[in-house]
Amino acid sequence: MSFPLLTATAVLPALGAIATAAVPAAQRVAAKWLALLVSLGTLALAAVTLVRFDPDGARYQLTESHAWIPDFGVRYQLGVDGIGVALVALTALLIPFVILAGWHDADPMETGSRRWRPTQGFFALILAVEAMVIISFEATDVFLFYIFFEAMLIPMYFLIGGFGDRAHEHGDEAAATQRSYAAVKFLLYNLVGGLIMLAAVIGLYVVAGSFSLQEIVHARADGSLHMATSTERWLFLGFFFAFAVKAPLWPLHTWLPNAMGEATAPVAVLITAVVDKVGTFAMLRFCLQLFPEASKWATPAILVLALISIVYGALLAVGQRDIKRLVAYASISHFGFIILGIFALTTQGQSGATLYMVNHGISTAALMLVAGFLISRRGSRLIADYGGVQKVAPVLAGTFLIGSLATLSLPGLAPFVSEFLVLVGTFTRYPVVGIIATFGIVLAALYTLVLYQRTMTGPVRAEVAEMPDLRVRELLVVAPLIALLIFLGVYPKPITDIVNPAVKQTMSDVQKTDPQPEVEAAK
Amino acid sequence: MSASAVHSLWTTAATAAEPISKIDAPKIEYAQLSPTLIVIGAAVVGVLVEAFVPRKSRYYTQVFVAVVALAAAFSAVVALAASGYGTTKAHIAAMGAIAVDGPALFLQGTILLAGILGVFTFAERRLDPEAHGNRVDAFAAQASSVPGSDSEKAAVKAGFTTTEVFPLLLFAISGMLVFPSANDLLTLFVALEVFSLPLYLLCAVARRKRLMSQEAAVKYFLLGAFASAFTLFGIALLYGYAGSMSYATIAHVVDGTVTNVDPALAGTMGNDVLLLMGMALVVMGLLFKVGAVPFHMWTPDVYQGAPTPVTGFMAAATKVAAFGALLRLLYVVLPGMRWDWRPVMWAVAIVTMLGGAIVAITQTDIKRLLAYSSIAHAGFILAGVIATSPDGVSSVLFYLGAYSFVTIGAFAVVTLVRDAGGEATHLSKWAGLGRRSPLVAAVFAVFLLAFAGIPLTSGFAGKFAVFRAAAEGGAGALVVVGVISSAIAAFFYIRVIVLMFFSEPKPEGPTVAVPSPLTMTAIAAGVVVTLVLGVAPQYFLNLANQAGVFVR
Repeated sequence: MSFPLLTATAVLPALGAIATAAVPAAQRVAAKWLALLVSLGTLALAAVTLVRFDPDGARYQLTESHAWIPDFGVRYQLGVDGIGVALVALTALLIPFVILAGWHDADPMETGSRRWRPTQGFFALILAVEAMVIISFEATDVFLFYIFFEAMLIPMYFLIGGFGDRAHEHGDEAAATQRSYAAVKFLLYNLVGGLIMLAAVIGLYVVAGSFSLQEIVHARADGSLHMATSTERWLFLGFFFAFAVKAPLWPLHTWLPNAMGEATAPVAVLITAVVDKVGTFAMLRFCLQLFPEASKWATPAILVLALISIVYGALLAVGQRDIKRLVAYASISHFGFIILGIFALTTQGQSGATLYMVNHGISTAALMLVAGFLISRRGSRLIADYGGVQKVAPVLAGTFLIGSLATLSLPGLAPFVSEFLVLVGTFTRYPVVGIIATFGIVLAALYTLVLYQRTMTGPVRAEVAEMPDLRVRELLVVAPLIALLIFLGVYPKPITDIVNPAVKQTMSDVQKTDPQPEVEAAK
Repeated sequence: MSASAVHSLWTTAATAAEPISKIDAPKIEYAQLSPTLIVIGAAVVGVLVEAFVPRKSRYYTQVFVAVVALAAAFSAVVALAASGYGTTKAHIAAMGAIAVDGPALFLQGTILLAGILGVFTFAERRLDPEAHGNRVDAFAAQASSVPGSDSEKAAVKAGFTTTEVFPLLLFAISGMLVFPSANDLLTLFVALEVFSLPLYLLCAVARRKRLMSQEAAVKYFLLGAFASAFTLFGIALLYGYAGSMSYATIAHVVDGTVTNVDPALAGTMGNDVLLLMGMALVVMGLLFKVGAVPFHMWTPDVYQGAPTPVTGFMAAATKVAAFGALLRLLYVVLPGMRWDWRPVMWAVAIVTMLGGAIVAITQTDIKRLLAYSSIAHAGFILAGVIATSPDGVSSVLFYLGAYSFVTIGAFAVVTLVRDAGGEATHLSKWAGLGRRSPLVAAVFAVFLLAFAGIPLTSGFAGKFAVFRAAAEGGAGALVVVGVISSAIAAFFYIRVIVLMFFSEPKPEGPTVAVPSPLTMTAIAAGVVVTLVLGVAPQYFLNLANQAGVFVR
């Protein structure tokens, strides 16, 4: 038996989480370093996975399969396709930056007993989320996926509710109340989504008699498993609902601005750049593959919802006064693009959507983490409290600008490629939808540039006059992310090469071919 | 009158007088009934201990007797199961009164384990501050003294303790062991009374908040007596219908395979009105014991008023025993009537799931909250009962096993959080517990997540098992209702977690007492079982599967 690489990638952070949580209270610096080392180790394993993955090989690679709960028909079954491996790599890549950026976010305050160890808890929870996210990208058993899809809510919930922007809200009852409200809202939305999916998971088992993704897909393809149209549609809706809450898609998005606004910047990155990707990923892997007919049936409605997300998210981002909530609404707009790309059911669209997931992860991380550094300096999330920062802290302002430009998909930066692919992919099948979606880009330019203008340019405000520039630790976080944005903007081929075969497979599962250019017919 | 008629009178008299010597002694399979017999024997020993052992050493003797007896009974159950009585050798013992089969042994094992943990929590004496230099437990110094009276003060000062709780607990357990294995209606009723009466008493003997405890006991007793009366009336009607108390015979009459009508009952036998009414009344009595809506009214008051160790034990073991009896009744006696009882049970399951979950939202007392949560769980288990399939039985068995450990553990944690007035059960006092005692709060959070059915806990595995069985049994709508009420229920479990971890601790908040190894064992067992059944449930699912067939 070969080395179980996929299991190791998930188990290492899980063990790291336990070890970090067990570090004695006085040794909190050691806990931080331990967590960072574990996340780097996970990154190394993910890199090995990426290298060992053969884009032109079998559909699911590095597979592992063991009996787990035979009574439920559940197997511990892992395997990655190009989409999965790219997202595992993204997760493993972002976590070290999240940890480094949150280095001081969980330093203990004086309340609480000797045994209250927030620092250890914070980093252990981050690693726990990483482990669960990675395993849900790798699971090819529906039940296994579901377990971790649900279970990751718990550490995430404690991260949102337990750790706020400590620097300025110490002892502030109202802020603590808002934060726990945001955490509960996050958990309830996602839990309701997950429970509805549970009903669909049970229904799927009753219909298909198996939880194995490959088995069900094969059985459906060769006709040995027939699903009644209405059954398929109900099951699809059950799955899609959960993923749409997680993604989040309008009108199920309202938890995201709360959660991202109240959580610390690194946790906000964890939510939007890592955890939410599981939702869009699962649409590609489970909704489209298990329920191809129902997916086609639901496409028009989903496209409309995605369009609303794009435009609505962008419009609300324009109107925000709070930096973090602005980024949250921008993310909702971007998730609209990702879902649009997935359900346009074209190769370019889906490649673009997958690429978008990766790029959005990196660009949001860059923007949000720099915003977090900015906020920690001034102690306010309000845009109006800033002004003229670029004169005081030029490096901070510069990196913030690059993050903003990436968010508006400036050509030359990574998100441009994916957004372009999504739009092209959509336009070939649904020209009108593609045209409306383009407004999202225009609005994106508006909200990011206005954000930059208000906070960074203009006369220097008295409160920011003493603001220090980025420190070495912060530069270490931002510089690699920006380098990646530029690199993938110029040369996205490494990722598209990995992703494209998987997308073609998914397209053939849905039995859709790309629309041919209609030059002849138009004559 | 002719001579032959006179003669026949004589001969009849003669034959009637003769066979007295020929009555067969009942055949009792002592080995197969040993779990129950051991526990009853130990309970009797416990009574003798009360009578003859000096007061000083009674506590230790009682704890020792109880633990040894329960452990011995559990080994007897394991030995019976290992020698095949759960599967191939399953049969009906004690002249048709008691079934020895898979479900019976599985549930008896669960009840005994819950009983051992129950004894541990009963025996805890480190939580309350010492009274006059004596260590005290959760029970009144002298149950018979009027609350607040001089005699109570004198009893406390003298350092009396109510060690009778241990034999009472053993009697209750013995009744619970018989309840799910009873194979005729009379045994069922006797077992019901044997386990109910000690529980009524146990509810009344709290050391603190004695009036509340006694009120709870009176409520429980009165409502329980009503329920028993209903059950008994139902049994009478069923006897009128079938001419027998035996489960097997009633089942045959329901199926129409019995033709020899008892002449004395010729007028009523086979009358469906009697069957339907009798069935409804007996099932009602059992639903009362499991705490299903609309027979749940006693649950919150009793759970809140009873001493917390008693609540924990009762919540776990009563549910196990009563669901066992309900399963056997519905699957062995009344499978032929399932088209009649299924719709009713559907309705009961739906209102139980929704009712428990919705009312729990407004609760402010942790024990009442857990009471409503137990009602919601009764609804989930009913969904598995309705499946009417082998999967349904095994899923219910698994759920009961998983649930009882979570419950005992959760109530054991409740006993630890205390302020000057004893246990601090009001939710507002739990604010910030996670800051003060992270470990206790984390353990309680694990139990709450298991109640909520979050994956990787036993609660999820159990919920999945019953919902799957229900869906396969054609009750998809029940699954949807179950999922919705799970979502509602999640809200209040999470509210407690929010309170514990995200609220600022209050300056005059409660402290967490450091328990003796006894309570720690109970809590640790709860946590371990919760996580093991959540991550690797297969072994226990297999057990439940093997145990999933009733003997008829």
